[in-house]
Amino acid sequence: MHELSIALGIVKIAEKEVKKAKVNAVTKIELQIGTLSGIDLESLNFVWDSAVKDTVLENAIKEIEMIKAKGKCVDCDTEFDMKYIYDSCPNCNSNFKGILSGKELKVKALEVI
Amino acid sequence: MCGTCGCGNGKNSPIISKPGAQNHNHDDRHHHHHDGHTHDHEHHHDHDHDHQHKILEIEQDVLQSNQILAARNRGYFEAKNIFALNLVSSPGSGKTAILERTLSDLKDTIPFYVIEGDQQTLNDANRIDTLNIPVIQINTGKGCHLESDMVFTAVKKLDLKNNSVLMIENVGNLVCPSMFDLGESKRVVIISTTEGEDKPIKYPDMFHSSDICIINKIDLLPYVNCNINNLKAYALKVNPKLLFFEVSATTGDGMNLWYDWLKFQITNLK
Repeated sequence: MHELSIALGIVKIAEKEVKKAKVNAVTKIELQIGTLSGIDLESLNFVWDSAVKDTVLENAIKEIEMIKAKGKCVDCDTEFDMKYIYDSCPNCNSNFKGILSGKELKVKALEVI
Repeated sequence: MCGTCGCGNGKNSPIISKPGAQNHNHDDRHHHHHDGHTHDHEHHHDHDHDHQHKILEIEQDVLQSNQILAARNRGYFEAKNIFALNLVSSPGSGKTAILERTLSDLKDTIPFYVIEGDQQTLNDANRIDTLNIPVIQINTGKGCHLESDMVFTAVKKLDLKNNSVLMIENVGNLVCPSMFDLGESKRVVIISTTEGEDKPIKYPDMFHSSDICIINKIDLLPYVNCNINNLKAYALKVNPKLLFFEVSATTGDGMNLWYDWLKFQITNLK
């Protein structure tokens, strides 16, 4: 359950940006989270309120864009959707692949006031 | 609940200490001092529609600060010809036992340094200290993993010599440490035969991010229901590049191949 340190990392980024932009508060935060990022959404939601308490994110709406995982087979170049990180190539069954997307864990934007 | 990682009140801050030393350093990471600014914002909802909503495009990776400091650690290790290993596993797989055996067998040929990560106690650091190896204990409190800034601080206290090996024993946890690069040269995941052969696909992230897989407690194979070939097949499905060593830290079986690999890595650094 590392989601609290992730949430605190998000708070840190927001605090820094708010200070830099000389604004008062964040009304909305947009996050991008890949399905293979290692983040459990339920856990993140569970810790969110205590992580943002007394910070610039306290009253911000949290908007999460989930990024679907995609891999590309190293052996036959097939691109395929991934559910698990250990999914093999559906075409040639190879385990060698590059991960094209799904590992994202980003603060995309802040709506501030 | 773990993962608080030293935030806020100081009670949960990681403690970085040497065996025998009394001066525990309560390192203030994540200091939410809120210096200066107060939280007395009044929410005046007057809705006169002239408040300026502005969008700040951030596009920042949440783990960026950890990765930056990990890169800094890595550069430091490379400049000093230090081979750094990050040892990860579930609690009880035998990380410390493998470490003890390796250190006592090789300490006359390789200069070692050790960083021990645990939530509580100096027990592991004391075990290493009896071997006369320089060691620093990081107690993460409720935190479930080491982060690169803790290693950075510990490394400064260790005063590493050039051409040495740094063993970083992470907190026993097969989930959280996988996301946090410490700046290591190689990541070593340890699994024991008592844990069940399908563990690599139950906890795939750790096996995916590791370079080496040590299978420990092979002396118990006659007594447990674990097929090593199945275990390896599962691990290779997650990460086809994994290199395996099958060992028993208790009997010493298989340790020689692991030692040969370690010695080879060090000669390659120079």
